[in-house]
Amino acid sequence: MTIADGTISHPDDPYRLGHHDHAHGHHAPGHGDGGPASKRIIVGYGFWIFLLSDIVMFSAFFATYAVLKDATAGGPGPRDIFDLTNVGIETACLLASSFACGLASLALEARRALWFQLAMALTFALGVAFLLLELREFAGLVAEGNGPQRSAFLTAFFSLVGCHGLHVTGGLLWLLTMMAQIFAKGFRADMQRRFLCFALFWHALDIIWVGLFTVVYLLGAGT
Amino acid sequence: MTDTDAQNSDQEFDSDTAPGDEAPTGHTIASGLRTYLIGLGLAVLLTVISFALPSTHLVWAPAVPTALIVFAIAQMGVHLVFFLHLTTGPDNTNNALALAFGVLIVFLVIGGSVWIMNHLNHNMPPMNQVMAMQQ
Repeated sequence: MTIADGTISHPDDPYRLGHHDHAHGHHAPGHGDGGPASKRIIVGYGFWIFLLSDIVMFSAFFATYAVLKDATAGGPGPRDIFDLTNVGIETACLLASSFACGLASLALEARRALWFQLAMALTFALGVAFLLLELREFAGLVAEGNGPQRSAFLTAFFSLVGCHGLHVTGGLLWLLTMMAQIFAKGFRADMQRRFLCFALFWHALDIIWVGLFTVVYLLGAGT
Repeated sequence: MTDTDAQNSDQEFDSDTAPGDEAPTGHTIASGLRTYLIGLGLAVLLTVISFALPSTHLVWAPAVPTALIVFAIAQMGVHLVFFLHLTTGPDNTNNALALAFGVLIVFLVIGGSVWIMNHLNHNMPPMNQVMAMQQ
């Protein structure tokens, strides 16, 4: 490494100033001189952009909830309606489901059809358990007269948690589609890319749930 | 290209995976499983701490909300690294940059809303007084 005129250059750096011979040296995809990145990389990047835009949309729901959480209009506040045991079980279900989805992607990589379908079935069962617990909580609140029309706080609560629940529902339908497609079409490259997107989606839902149980349930019940 | 060059670019390719990518070459099932198990262990640990924190008195009570948010951000990081496989490898540069931009927007939207609405609430008379004035 030589240091001259305040610039640092490395003899092995193909992009160092005054170096025009890019034909040799680094050939990893994405370096620019190894050809275009593989389709898998590009598909993952595109879907990651979608997930980030989805997270930005969720941030608007989070902001709404943070602003309206004290607007209870004489109705129950966060402390009165949240059952942390139920939330803990929901969290465990979703985390285990995310892990099972990881096992499914390992099975896909190893091209083990039976293990893949078993791991996906486990992912599905845990996702359904999460959804049923959430629906039971919602039904209990509505039955007590604390539905979304009760106060601005409850509107914001049902919108935020319900939006996540809708994403989980959509993800479960996608999961069943993936099981059927891998079963019918086998471990084709396009199926693997499709599954990569599904796995990213499922793990991202768990990330949103981490923010959700902290901001909505733990901060709501504790403060 | 010499043999050493080929070996070098192979090694680079190994560390060169996008989020959710299961490493196209060189990775065994065992190492993949180990990544997921470490991620699961850390996530469970952080979740349990988050749920137990308010009921234990280990943390000074007014600092509990901040501590909870810190643990949540840490757990999101764990999920990004161990489940979505976000790295700083060459092919992940775009993903990391997009994530940085997403985080910026999320903080602007949430932080800005909370900030502005707190000021508005501060400068407004309480709602029952407004109702009384209208009568």
